[in-house]
Amino acid sequence: MIQNSPALVPLILLATAILIPVLALKKEKLAYPITFIASIFSVIVSSYNIFRIWNGVRISYHFGGWIPPIGIEYVLDPLSAFIALVVNIVAFFVIWHSNGIRATEFTGKSVPYYALTLLFLCGANGIIVTGDLFNLYVFLEIFSLAGYGLIGIGERQAPVASFRYLIMGTLGASFYLLGIGFLYIVTGSLNMADVRNIMVHVQPNPAINVALILIVAGIGIKMAIFPLHGWLPDAYTYAPSTSSALLAPIGTKIGAYVIIRILFFVFGIEFVSSDFNITDLIAWLSAAGILYGSIMAIAQREMKRMLAYSSVSQIGYIGLGIGLANPLGYTGAVLHILNHAFMKGSLFLVAANLRKKIGHSNIDKLDSSYRKKLPWTMAAFSVAALSMIGLPPTAGFFSKWYLALGAIDNKNWLFLSIILISSLLNAIYFFRIFENVYLKPSPTGKTDEMPIKKTAKKGGSFIGDEEPSLTIPVAVLSFSLILIGLWNATIVKGIIQRIIPPGM
Amino acid sequence: MFDFFLGHYAYWGIIVLMLIGLYGMIFKNNLVKKLIGMTIFQVSIIMFYVASAVKWSATVPVLDPAVGAADAARYISPLQHCLMLTAIVVGVATSGVAFSLVIVIYRHYKTLNESLLIERMKSQP
Repeated sequence: MIQNSPALVPLILLATAILIPVLALKKEKLAYPITFIASIFSVIVSSYNIFRIWNGVRISYHFGGWIPPIGIEYVLDPLSAFIALVVNIVAFFVIWHSNGIRATEFTGKSVPYYALTLLFLCGANGIIVTGDLFNLYVFLEIFSLAGYGLIGIGERQAPVASFRYLIMGTLGASFYLLGIGFLYIVTGSLNMADVRNIMVHVQPNPAINVALILIVAGIGIKMAIFPLHGWLPDAYTYAPSTSSALLAPIGTKIGAYVIIRILFFVFGIEFVSSDFNITDLIAWLSAAGILYGSIMAIAQREMKRMLAYSSVSQIGYIGLGIGLANPLGYTGAVLHILNHAFMKGSLFLVAANLRKKIGHSNIDKLDSSYRKKLPWTMAAFSVAALSMIGLPPTAGFFSKWYLALGAIDNKNWLFLSIILISSLLNAIYFFRIFENVYLKPSPTGKTDEMPIKKTAKKGGSFIGDEEPSLTIPVAVLSFSLILIGLWNATIVKGIIQRIIPPGM
Repeated sequence: MFDFFLGHYAYWGIIVLMLIGLYGMIFKNNLVKKLIGMTIFQVSIIMFYVASAVKWSATVPVLDPAVGAADAARYISPLQHCLMLTAIVVGVATSGVAFSLVIVIYRHYKTLNESLLIERMKSQP
C-alpha cells in the first residue's frame, strides 16, 4: 500500500469523485464531508511523499508493473512532490472554506460541485506526478473539463465565459497533442526521461522546433501567458468565488509546472535556451504580461476582476523566471508558484467572504465599517496584499528577490526594472483598497460606536460579524505567508536547489 | 517539387482540415458552428497521428501466421491507434461539456449568435 503512494493521490481523488454522485444522490449533505476527508487524505499522502524524497532520491512508480519506456511511469522527484503538496494544501483550505459559502453561491448544486472539484484535483495531481507525455494530455483534459464545469456553475454570464475558455483550452490541449505527436515521430518514445535521453542524439531538425513551439503555445493558453490570457478575466470573475479561489491558485500554476517540466526536463536546457531560443520569447512575453496585467488591474473597480488581472501579471513573474533560464530565476519561478498559490488563494477567499457577508465586492463601496465588521478577513487581506506587493517579511518578497537576482545574473536591466516597476503598480492597486478599508469614513458615520456595542453584547468578541468556518481558512492561508517568508531558506535549500535542471 | 506535394498528400489534407477547423473557431459567429470547427480541428490531429503510423507493404498489428512475429517492420505501428482511441474519448467528453454549456447559454440569453450574445450580456447582466 505505502510504496504505491505516488499513484495514491490521483487514484483516491478519482475514486471519491465517482463515489460522490452515487453516495450523495439522496443525501446532498454527504458531498461536503466526503470531499473534506479525501482532501485531508491527499494532503497527508503528499506530505508523506515529500518526506520520502527528502534525501533527494527520484522515486519511479511503474504503473501495472510495466517497465518505463513501455509502461506508464509516475515520477516522484522533489519538484513534483513539492508542487503536489502546495496544490493539495491550498485545495484543502479552499474546500474547507467552501462549506460556508455553498448555500449562497451554488444552492442545490453541491453534489456536482464537489464531484467536479475532486476531478479537478485528480487531474492536477495526475499532471504533476506523471512521467509520460500522453498521460499528461489525458490528465490535462480531465483537469480542464472539470475546470470548465466549475466555472460554468457560477453567475448568469459564467457559462459564456466558460464556453470561451473551453474553445481556447481545447485548442491549447490540441496544440499540445500535436506537439507530442511531432516529438513522438522524431524520438519514438512518450516517456519523459526516455525522450530526454534520446534527444541528446537527435540532430537539430525542424520537427523538434515545431514540437517545442506547439507545446509551449498549447500549454501557454492553459497557463495564460500574456497574449494567450484572453479567457482568464471573465472566467475568474463570473465563476463562483470558491471556484475562482480553486482555479486561480491551481489552474495556471499547473500550466507553469508543465512548461518547466517539458522545457527543462524533456527538451533540455541547452536546446531551449541556445539551439532554439524559446526561453527568451517566454521571458519577453511574460515581461509584457507583468506590465499589462498590473495596469489593467489598476483600471478595475471590482475586486474579483482586479484579482484576475493581477493573476495575469503574477503568471508573468513565473514565466519570467522560467524564461531567464538560470538557477536564480528558476528558483524564483518555483518559489513564486508556492507564494502565488497561497496569496491568490487567500485573496480570492477574502473576496468570497465579502460577497457572502456584504453582498458585493466593489472596491469603491468599501469603507472603514468593513474593517470593523470583518476584522480577521481584512487582516488576512492586508497580509496577502502586502505579500503581493513584496514587503520583506512576507513570502512575496523572496520570490521577487530571486527573480531580480536572476535578471541581474543575465545582465538584463530591462527585466529588473520591470520587476521593480510592477511592484510599484501592485502597491497602487492594493493600497487603493487599504485606503478605503482603513481610512475612508463610513457614510453612516457610526463606525466608532458599533464595535463597542458589539463587544458589550457578545462579551468580548473580537471577531465582529465573522463565522469561524469562513475566517479560519483565509486567516491560516494568509498568515502562513509570513511563515513561508521566514522559512524560505529551508524551502529553497531543501527542495528547490535539489531540482535545478541538469546543465542549468 | 511535385513529388514533395504528392508524396505528402495525407499531410496536406490534414493541414487543410486543420485550417478549416481554425477558421470555424475564429470567424463563425454561431456558438454551435464554433464547436463544429473545434471538433474538425481535433479530428485533424487524430488523422495526423493515424497517418504517422502508416507503413507501406505492412499489415494490421495482429499476429498473422503468414507474416510471423520475427519482422516488426511488416506490421504497422499500433501505438498511435491506441493513443487516438483515448483522444477520441476525450474529444467526445469535451463536446459533451461544450454542448451542455451551449444549452445553458441558450436558456439564459435565448440566442447563440455571439455578437447578439455580447449585446445581451451587457444589457441584461
